[in-house]
Amino acid sequence: MLLEVRDLNVYYGAIHALQGINFCLEEGEIVTLIGANGAGKSTTLNTISGLLRPRRGQVLFRGKDITFTPAEEIVRMGICQAPEGRKIFANLTVMENLEMGAYTQSDKQEIQKNLERVFRSFPRLKERQNQLGGTLSGGEQQMLAIGRALMSRPQLLLLDEPSMGLSPILVEEIFNIIQEINAQGTSILLVEQNAQMALSVAHRGYVLETGKIVLEGDSSDLLDNPMVKKAYLGAH
Amino acid sequence: MNAQPPTLLERILKGKWIGKGFLLLVGLVVVWWVGGKALQSPSLFLQQIINGIQLGFVYALIALGYTMVYGIVRLINFAHGDVFMFGAFVSYFSVGLFQLHLWPVRVFPGLSPTAAIILGTVSVILLSMVSCAILAITIERIAYKPLRDAPRISALITAIGVSFFLEYFGALPFVFTPNFITYKRPFEIVTWYVKDGIHRLEIGTEAPPGSVIFSNVLIIIIIVSLILLVGLNYIVRRTKIGKAMRATAYDKPTSRLMGINVDGVISTTFAIGASLAGAAGVLYATAYPQVVFWMGIIPGLKAFVAAVLGGIGSIPGAFVGALIMGQAEVISAGYISTPMRDAVAFTILILVLLIRPTGIFGEPEREKA
Ligand SMILES: Nc1ncnc2c1ncn2[C@@H]1O[C@H](COP(=O)(O)OP(=O)(O)OP(=O)(O)O)[C@@H](O)[C@H]1O
Ligand SMILES: [Mg+2]
Repeated sequence: MLLEVRDLNVYYGAIHALQGINFCLEEGEIVTLIGANGAGKSTTLNTISGLLRPRRGQVLFRGKDITFTPAEEIVRMGICQAPEGRKIFANLTVMENLEMGAYTQSDKQEIQKNLERVFRSFPRLKERQNQLGGTLSGGEQQMLAIGRALMSRPQLLLLDEPSMGLSPILVEEIFNIIQEINAQGTSILLVEQNAQMALSVAHRGYVLETGKIVLEGDSSDLLDNPMVKKAYLGAH
Repeated sequence: MNAQPPTLLERILKGKWIGKGFLLLVGLVVVWWVGGKALQSPSLFLQQIINGIQLGFVYALIALGYTMVYGIVRLINFAHGDVFMFGAFVSYFSVGLFQLHLWPVRVFPGLSPTAAIILGTVSVILLSMVSCAILAITIERIAYKPLRDAPRISALITAIGVSFFLEYFGALPFVFTPNFITYKRPFEIVTWYVKDGIHRLEIGTEAPPGSVIFSNVLIIIIIVSLILLVGLNYIVRRTKIGKAMRATAYDKPTSRLMGINVDGVISTTFAIGASLAGAAGVLYATAYPQVVFWMGIIPGLKAFVAAVLGGIGSIPGAFVGALIMGQAEVISAGYISTPMRDAVAFTILILVLLIRPTGIFGEPEREKA
């Protein structure tokens, strides 16, 4: 088991954002967490990344308890997040953004190899490497956010709504790359509101509703599930 | 849709042009008045400029600490001026008590006198820089870090408290004492005057009227400041920690997601800012050879004004603002009256805050955590 989340309870002040969620992710999988606005998807990812602390529950990475491990240590252990809204460093160049992604890496040759890999996945970033991050288009920023996270050579990549605000063609492109990254051996936890796209690339999925997991299963089963169809796939 | 550009009258009424017009007017008056003085006596004017440069570089070194710390934690670190004072005192002790500046002569008796002086002075400056860095990291850990998530005003008040603490702790009779103390320079002062070429000014003699005087203190201040500024620029632009500083200044949570140790980066920023203030303390004391526990207050405030004038958070802004402050100060002191040197600083502060609060290089405040 690569990642295991047990009975996670997270609060913002009095708001009980995550109400005891359990899920897991095997090595090599793409698992998606779908849910509407405010369901608690970002809260889950930020708790795994160590930005938030749960009041109760545990996060295990390769069986090791990382619930209270500092965020920077978690990156070193092999979990990296491309956060919601991309969060590019607008005042740094594309190259510098990627270097920040590689902050935990010290082997110069490895970094260079990795950079080439990222540029192969996102050739657009190579063309724009000396441009300030803030001047990129939305789609390019999303590519940079994913590329930056890949620079830490994660075993587990956390993606928070990579399709947000992108045109259908770009979404298609990004999701293809997500599958490629996975094929090269990186496990992925994918948070999405675009359930159709997410379930079409993921192996398994969980449906989150106001802080609770209400449904789980293989992607194909979820795609056929009448409740999922009604609530998330726009069918009637 | 209201796409019509506002008329001249509307703009004046809204005050948009009042600021710029007023600034232009003030600028013209200053240029006309200073220009007149300059024509009256070019050598005196040149002398003021030189004095202003000397002061401006010292202010620049202090202002950088304000601006860097503000950029990363949005805190006006009012204790920064006292770190500068601490730097001056460290060098006072290292030169006066421990004769640190003489170690090259003692260890390598064959060394050329110039090399020995340079090496000795550099050691004195480095010791002050390191001491100030340690002091600032300690202050940051004890006083500011616990307030990282508190409202900004809490940290600001704490900074004022730290400032008072450092001053009055320094005033204790067994620390720095409340008195003015004569400062011993780590090198002998040499003065030259310029009139039909450069001549050495012998001690106890007067330069002929109409000449311009400068000393090796000026040269040392300029060289040391430039080296530090270039070094700082290199750190911030090119090194990993410098890039992490800019990333952290922009967005702390995302920096943590990249594996950046944000607390460490903040400490480093405080340390770098403080070490520049420490160097400034040594340079200031060699130029105005007296030290006293409150000596950091006024230079600190003026460097703060310089940082605001340049645009707080902006490193080139701090440098430019400080050079302007240096000139404004000596010109008002030389041509109006000595007490004007402090008044002009605060006049500039008020004008900047009224007309362009973001300063010369500043960008409008981004709402960011
Ligand atoms: N900083 C915060 N302070 C208080 N409440 C918060 C905070 N962040 C999130 N919440 C609340 O926690 C709940 C879960 O938020 P979260 O951001 O995890 O949702 P989400 O599933 O990521 O939604 P979206 O799809 O809109 O990104 C929401 O009800 C939200 O209002
Ligand atoms: Mg979210």
